[in-house]
Order: sequence, then C-alpha cells, then structure tokens
Amino acid sequence: MSGRPYRLPESAAQGSRIDRSKTVSFSFDGKKLSGFAGDTIASAVMASGRKVFGRSFKYHRPRGVIGLGSEEMNALVAVGEGGRKEPNLRATQVELYNGLVATSQNRWPSLEFDVGIVNNYLSRLFPSGFYYKTFMWPRSFWESVYEPIIRNAAGLGEAAREHDPDAYEQMHVHVDVLVVGGGVAGIAAAEAAAASGKRVLLADENAVLGGVADISAGTIDGKAQGDWVKAKAAQFAKAGNVHVLTRTTVVGHYHHNYVLAAERVADHDPSLLDKGAPRHRLWKIRAAQVIVASGALERPIAFANNDRPGIMMASAARGMVERYATAPGMNGVIFTNNDDAYLTALKLHEAGVGVARIIDVRANATSELAEAARKAGLQVQTGAAIAGIETSGGGKEITGVKVAPYSKSRGRVVNEEKVACDFVAVSGGFNPVVHLWCHNAGKLKFDETIQSFRPDRHGDPIMVAGAANGTFDLGGCLEEGYAAGEAAAKAVGGKAGKLSKAAASGGAAGGVEAIWFAPATGKYNEGNKHFIDFQNDVTAADLELAQREGYESVEHTKRYTTLGMATDQGKTSNINGLGVISDATGRKIPEIGTTTFRPPYTPYSFGSIAGTKKGELFLPIRRTSIYDWHIARGATWEPVGQWRRAYCYPSGGENKKDAINREILAVRNKVGLLDASTLGKIEIKGPDAGKFLDLVYTNVFSSLKVGKCRYGLMMNEMGFLMDDGVTVRLGEDHFLMHTTSGGADRIAQWLEEWLQTEWTTLKVFVTPVTEQWAQFAIAGPKARKVLQKLDSDIDFSPEAFEFMSYREGKLAGYPVRVFRISFSGELSYEIATPSNFGRGLWDTLMEAGASEGIEPYGTEALHVLRAEKGFIVIGDETDGTVTPYDVNMGWAVSKKKDDFIGKRSLSQSFLASEGRKQLVGLETKDPNDVLPDGAYAVAEVKPQPPMKMIGQVTSSYWSPTLERSIAMALIEGGLSKMGETVSFPLEGGKVVEAKIVSPVFLDPEGKRQDV
Amino acid sequence: MLIVHCPVCGAEGDETDFHCGGQAHIRRPASHDPHNITDEEQRDYLFMRFNPKGLHFERWRCDRGCGKWFHAARDTVSLEFKGYYGITELPPKELQAQATGQWAEFFKARAAEAGATRPAKKAAKTSAKKAGKK
Repeated sequence: MSGRPYRLPESAAQGSRIDRSKTVSFSFDGKKLSGFAGDTIASAVMASGRKVFGRSFKYHRPRGVIGLGSEEMNALVAVGEGGRKEPNLRATQVELYNGLVATSQNRWPSLEFDVGIVNNYLSRLFPSGFYYKTFMWPRSFWESVYEPIIRNAAGLGEAAREHDPDAYEQMHVHVDVLVVGGGVAGIAAAEAAAASGKRVLLADENAVLGGVADISAGTIDGKAQGDWVKAKAAQFAKAGNVHVLTRTTVVGHYHHNYVLAAERVADHDPSLLDKGAPRHRLWKIRAAQVIVASGALERPIAFANNDRPGIMMASAARGMVERYATAPGMNGVIFTNNDDAYLTALKLHEAGVGVARIIDVRANATSELAEAARKAGLQVQTGAAIAGIETSGGGKEITGVKVAPYSKSRGRVVNEEKVACDFVAVSGGFNPVVHLWCHNAGKLKFDETIQSFRPDRHGDPIMVAGAANGTFDLGGCLEEGYAAGEAAAKAVGGKAGKLSKAAASGGAAGGVEAIWFAPATGKYNEGNKHFIDFQNDVTAADLELAQREGYESVEHTKRYTTLGMATDQGKTSNINGLGVISDATGRKIPEIGTTTFRPPYTPYSFGSIAGTKKGELFLPIRRTSIYDWHIARGATWEPVGQWRRAYCYPSGGENKKDAINREILAVRNKVGLLDASTLGKIEIKGPDAGKFLDLVYTNVFSSLKVGKCRYGLMMNEMGFLMDDGVTVRLGEDHFLMHTTSGGADRIAQWLEEWLQTEWTTLKVFVTPVTEQWAQFAIAGPKARKVLQKLDSDIDFSPEAFEFMSYREGKLAGYPVRVFRISFSGELSYEIATPSNFGRGLWDTLMEAGASEGIEPYGTEALHVLRAEKGFIVIGDETDGTVTPYDVNMGWAVSKKKDDFIGKRSLSQSFLASEGRKQLVGLETKDPNDVLPDGAYAVAEVKPQPPMKMIGQVTSSYWSPTLERSIAMALIEGGLSKMGETVSFPLEGGKVVEAKIVSPVFLDPEGKRQDV
Repeated sequence: MLIVHCPVCGAEGDETDFHCGGQAHIRRPASHDPHNITDEEQRDYLFMRFNPKGLHFERWRCDRGCGKWFHAARDTVSLEFKGYYGITELPPKELQAQATGQWAEFFKARAAEAGATRPAKKAAKTSAKKAGKK
C-alpha cells in the first residue's frame, strides 16, 4: 500500500474487490509487505512495485504475473511454513490473510540473483530433447552422475517435509444438475435448472461468483453485470435447491458423470482451521446432468522475449486495475489481435494509467471499442506487431518495445520503431476452457471464427454453455446458459418453472485474426525467445526443431518438447503451440489435432485425496482375541494381510533372533503355544460338499472319513498353486476347510464363484467363519501331557486320538474342536474355541503348561519349524507360477479324478516340460552362512553379470535345532541334482556355495509328530 | 467411475462396489469332456479373449452387496450398460441381436448348437444355462 503510484487512488471504478479500511500484513521472501483485505498475493505484491515473482523452470529467467486466476503459469509461490507449506500455488489465486508467508521458487540463492540464469545464456546447448541427446553415454553414468544432476536441477517448488497438521475431508453428493463455473452463463444455467425445482450444484473456483462479468463489457437488464451477479447470488442463497460452492475447482470429469471438485475451505482464512474446519474438502459428485460453463482464457502472443516481467494478459491487466486498484505499471503498450484488449486500454486510461500505444496486428480496427479508444485520444497502430522487448536489469525491467509493420505471411521486416513503456498488455484472442469437456473423451472441433477449439460431441449427459462453448458475446452467454439449464432440468424430469430471463446489451464479440508468431527484427534467433509454454520454457523454436527432427505428430511434439506438460496443463500454451506447428508445417490446425487434456484441471492436495483415511484409519487392523495378551508379553508384530500376528516374544533383554531360537527349541524339546486364530476357516456344507471339494482340491476329499483331517492343495485353472491347508470332515455333508491366513477371504470368494458360475447345480453352502473361532496350536513333546492335565471329555491318548483326526468336546469347560495336525513336525494339536472364549482358553493352557515349561511362539518360529520339516508356504515356495509337481508334491495330485480345477493345464506342454524349477533343500558349505531370501543360483560364477540364473532361494533360516543354516530353493531340474553344489553370488562379490539336498531336514520319517 | 446395477439384489453403486470378472460365456472344456481337450482348446479357454469395440458381455459380482455374480452387456466405447441378466443365462434376444463381430458369431454358433440338439429340447436348454462362465 506504500506502493503508490502502483496502488491507484481510491475511486468507485477501481478496487471493487479490496477493502481499503482493512490492512493485511504478509511477507514475501522474508520481506514484510502489506495489502488490503480482498487482495491476492499477486495484486498486493505488484502494488508494492515488485514485478518479479519467480524464476523459470529451465532457463531460470525472471518471471512476473501473466494471468488473473488459476491459469497463471509464471507467478508460482510457496505459501505457508513447516508442515503447512504448499508449493506451486498461483499468486493470482491465493487470497491474502494476516500473517501469510509466501516464498518464491526455483531460484538460488535468491530471486534477485539466480545462478541458474546461466542456463539462459547457454540455451543453445539446451535444445528440446536435450536430455535424450546429451545423457546417452557412457551408460554407467546414467544412475550415478546424470540422474542426480538432472533431479537436482529439475522440479518446481519444494514439498513440505513435516507432517501436515491439518484435517481434510471428502463429501459424496448426488445432484440433478451440476453447473461448472459461476460466470454469466453458469449463473443463467443454474437459475434455469433450479426453476424446475431440481437440485442444482453450482461450483466456481473463485471466491465470488461472476467469473469475469465485473470486468467485461455490456450490461444485463440495464445494470452493471456485477450487480446482476450479486442479485443472483443472493437469490441462490435463499433458494432451497441450489448449493453454491465457491473456491471450489472442478478438477476432473469421469465416467458416468462422476465429478471431482476440490474446495479450498480454509486457505483464505486459516483461523477457520482452529474452529475445526478442514483445510480442503474433496467433493465426489454424481451428477445426472453436467453443464460446463467454465469460460475462456486469454492466450498470449509469441513475440520475442514475451516472458519478461511486466508483460501480462490484457484481461489480467484490466482485472488488476478494476478489482484491486493495482496498476501493472506507469505506462503501457497494448498488443492485440482482437477488440477486447481495447477495453483494457480504455479502463487503464480511465484509471490514470498511461497507455503509450495500442498495437493491433489487424489491418483495420473499426469496432465500437476501437473507436472509443481513438476518441479517448489513445494512439492506435494497426497492421503492426511487437518485434522485441527492451529491458534493463537483466530482463527484470521493461523499458520499451520494438514495433514493426506486420501482415500475415509477410515474414520478417527490418524497419522498427521503439516505443517507451514499462509494461505490456497482450491479447491473442480467447480459448474456450475445454479441459473438463475432454477429460472423459469429449470431442472438439476447430472454430475459424475464434481461431480455437470448442466442444463438439460427448457421450455423457454433459452440455456446454457460454464462453466455454466459444460464445463470447454477453447475450449469447446468457441465452446458452438459460437453454442449457432448461434442457438439463428437462432431461432429469424437471417441469418448466417460473423464470424471468434477463436481457443483455453491449458486450459484443469482436473479430480476431490468428497470429501465432510475431517475427523479431534483426537476426532471427539472436537473444530472442518466443515463449509458448512459459512454465516449461518451451519456445516456438523448440516446436519448429521438433518438426524438423521428425516429431510431427502433436503427441510426439508434446513429449519431445514438454509442451503443455507443466502443472498448468497447457491452459494458455496448447493452441499457440498448435498454431506454431501449423505455420511450420503448412498443415491446418484441425489436421494437426490437439493433445489430450487430462485431469486434474488444476493441482489439488494429496491431503484432500487421502481425506480422513490416514493414520489409524488408513487401514483397519484385525486383532485376534489374544491381541492384548501378546502386547502384554512384549510381542513384536508381523502384518499378515490386515491381521497383526505376534512375530516373536523377546523377553529379558533378548534380541529377536535369540527369542526366535528359544521359542523353536521350546517346541522341539518341551511345548509351545501359537495363536493361529488368523488361519482361514471356511465351512463347506451340503449334500454335494465332498464332490465340490474334489473339484477344487488336487486330491480326493469325498473319500475322507468323518472325524479325519487331510492336507489339500489348491490350484488355479492354469495349474499353479494358490492355497493349501488341512480340511476336516466334521460330518457326512459338513467340512471345515483351513486356508492360509492371507487367503481366507480370497478363497471363500473363489469357492463362491465356482459354485455360482460353473457348478451351479451343486448343493453346497460356503460360509467363512475365520473370525468366529480362536485357534491355537499346542506343539511339542509335552503337548499331550499339558492337555491331559485339563478336565476334558476327549481322550487324548495316542490310541484314542490318532494323528490327522478330529474330536469335538469340552476342554477345561470350554467348547472346543481339536485337530491333531502338525505344521511343526512335533506332536501337535490345534484347538479351536469360539472367539469369545479364546482368551480364557489361552490363559488356561498357559497355566496348565507352566510346569512343563510352555512358551508362546510367534510366526517366525512357526516358519523355521515348518522349514526344518520341508513344509511349503504358499507365497514363499510358490509365486503364482509353481505347480504341485514343481514342489515335489505330485503325491497330492489325484490321478483318478476326471476333473478338478487346473488338472488339464498340468499337461499343457509348458507345465509338463523338462527342466522346470523344482523345490529342493540347500545346505551351505559353511553351516554359519544363512543365504538371503531370494538369492539367485547361477549356472556359472563369472566376475560380473550377466550370469545365467538357474533358480532362487525361497526360504532361508538359521535352524537352532540343527545348529546350522537351512534353505529351500527352486532350482532348474533340482530333483535330479541331489548332492550337487550350486553357487549363489551375493552383493559385494561374496559367493556362497550350497549342496542340493532333500528339503526335509528333520525327522524325514515323521516319527516326532505321530507319537 | 461407472455406475453398476445388480440385477439380483437391486443395488446400484459405484464400480468399486462391484468386481468385474472379465468376459462372459467362456465355456470350460473340462466341465464337458475332460478327457478330450486339445492343448489349443485349453489355451484358448485360459487366455484368448474378445476385445470388442462396442457391445461387450461381461461377468460382474455384487461385491459389497449380495455377493452374487451376474452378467452385464456393456458398450466399451460409450461405457453404457445396455442390460443385465442372470449368471446362468445367455443375453436376451434383443441384446444378442445388437452384438457385432466375434460376439455376433459366438451367439450364432450357440444358436446353431441349440438347433442341432433341438429334438431333446429340455437338454439343450440346460446346457445353454450351464454355459455361463469360465
């Protein structure tokens, strides 16, 4: 505010958005500044007389404000500090509040003096495709030298490193009509749709409705457009069926009219956060009808060094003056190819800002506005273009422009005239904002009148109205808005309501003459850059180079030059880029086509994408009934799916390794207790249950006797192992299937799928009961002794309760199902009791076992115990490409059954071929060497890769029982290589040699478990 | 994000409430004649799929609803669901008539098959019903 003369004096015509009675202080790059309530960072900083906001991406050229809102591609700033810092915000969009901290980006060490500017002077060395051309060799430099340098130099802004302290939320809504954009057309559409009584949601990215109505020509019902907008906003606020969302950018349109809108709830006023407001809110909207009224964006003109701070869009210059009373400079030049910029000239002139000259590329300018400008005494020069910019201070200050005669296809001229000025307002015409239209495959057509693309066909219930449709005159915007609103309401079954339509006068759209490139005088490229994509520093010369090098498809040009690939997604650069390609190749723009616009329209925060699903709510944790006991016992955890299983129980200062070894030896020598509740349990019931199990397992289950257990293998239809477990026959038509812990849900769905879709006549019910039961394995030589201490109606004697059989009864008063099965190779019982009894039974077992030295053991001990026995784990020994034969379990594959899932695939040539990898055991030469999981076996060790890989380690452990390392591996033709030695070259040059042995390291006869 | 309707329980929901089970009406050779399946037949059953531009027939599961499988006819260009029908059924006649390319040939072949076994009318009907999958 001390920035006079850049802050214009108080007047009714200027500063409509600011409240001069409320001063707001903030800082920019550490410097204390102040503005007024209603200012943006851009308007307040510019009012202080400052023009440079940041450095450009590639050449590090100083850059200033170009636009008025979300289209801004130069003035990107980081706002906030610590965990609240958010990079790459558009200074033109960020509303000022007291204490706001903004910092410029992409400069080092400072904005005023930046080392990276050297790139600008070396720009001949940085043509498009520079990386592809330069960083080709030597290959060894790719990762170690080139990538770190490129990564260090690249990137805009810097993300916060601290935890984000704020809350974010998401809303799901269904509406009849969604109107995107609250300008004149959008308001008319919302009003017409709402008149039918249907539910309407109107979303606009700005703080207030109206779009650019307040700074555009023409009146509505004889009133200033801004007044009409205010009246309508008040009307919507009262209406029960219109929901207006401001500061809400519709960022994406997806299938079946699914729309995402990002609302910035508290960015403009962080004090709301303290009152419990979320910072951002992501709206997930299903709209029966969508009306796109997203307006149009002014496009720049590519002239030499058109990126200098102080060069901005004509509408933005007008907006700065009318909304914020901020002058873009003292004395400006207007450069245009259409009539709208004359309004800017007039408004600047009225505000007392000097207008040195209006330069119009058209041969004639005879519109009302042009005549008004002449009448106001402004100098209009037609048939001319800006050929260059004169600057001082390393390009930071504009001192004048060079003007040369221009007419289309005349080419370069040499005579030029200098016009002194300190800013330039440019208008190259307007591009409809068609991004949203295109997100879900909407088609575009090129419109010669506006020299731009506008919406054509769309497969979804979506309409377009106003400037977004290429309709730039005020009356047309109103008409299209009303028509779209009525049509949308009708389409959702709304009845025609009472609607008094407003009438517009003035605000006619003028003619525009395409100009994609204004030639520079003098030597063509000497120090001149015609910027097309300001954010990615793509120049007209880059695009022409891409054409010469054969990247002719617009999609190739885009990727080669990065045109339109910055965070602004080509809002202002797309059409200009196509124009330059068109000029360079002689192809018309419609023939070239356009690149795909993808969501999001503007970036939105990761916080809003996560919403409330963070921290503990990110993923639910499943706990067994013994969970609290595990915690009290000091368990460490292993996540298994969503379950948390006890990994081991270190005690008395033990490390994990010692704890695991102790637990294993307890099971081998005394007795251990495992919480196996997470094991998948599925009840299979019905007259065809046995028949069904025969179809889903590789082995036979229909012959299993009631009261007996059998281990089963499950394949998918391709013959690959997908699950295993013990299934128990509880009754004639009743089985209990055990699956892996991680597979419980998947297998239940798998079984359902087969029953519902293939074997639809089988009478079988599948019921997942995993959570209904707590289940413990009590394993070890003293397991029986512990159980026999407890009161039970089950006879645990070896004669009465054989290995692989099942009993139901009471144990210490608890109802139990007991399965005499073993995954450790020891005498073992798995005891299941309803979950609510779980903790009681667990405590009882621990107490009863205390005198026998019972110890709880965790999942790691479980894994070592099973590996000592050569038992496979699905997901360790198998990886989705492993058959039962590969793991030497052909014994479990029935030869008698006609059909079961995967059977036929096992005889397909690839699965039946010789030389497949087969499961074997490994004994390392040095028993103390424990191979890493996944280590590769090679046919021959060479000094450096490549070496032929012949297999990999699938499980590897230290076995405290055998006091040596043990491992299992899948090795090509492994079963015929027993006794041979294979080599495992490890990181750091170490090679471990191991002998191929049987994977059953302990008790091959199975005596220990069958006692 | 598509909107899907479950013809079994009547639920309507987002695509993420459902599970798409891929191409419909794939006949599982082993369910018919397990001892006479060529390698090529098994390969085609496992891996060969239609990829139509236009009307497609798919299997879907009502994941967060009733858990039942059903069939859906969906246009792969407009993404519009043209109809839903039972998991053991072939598409209604009017949807079959809209099929083009591989699907048109498929339904023609199925109709011819049904015609060939017409004398045993009841049996033909059951086999058509069985044909729903995999």
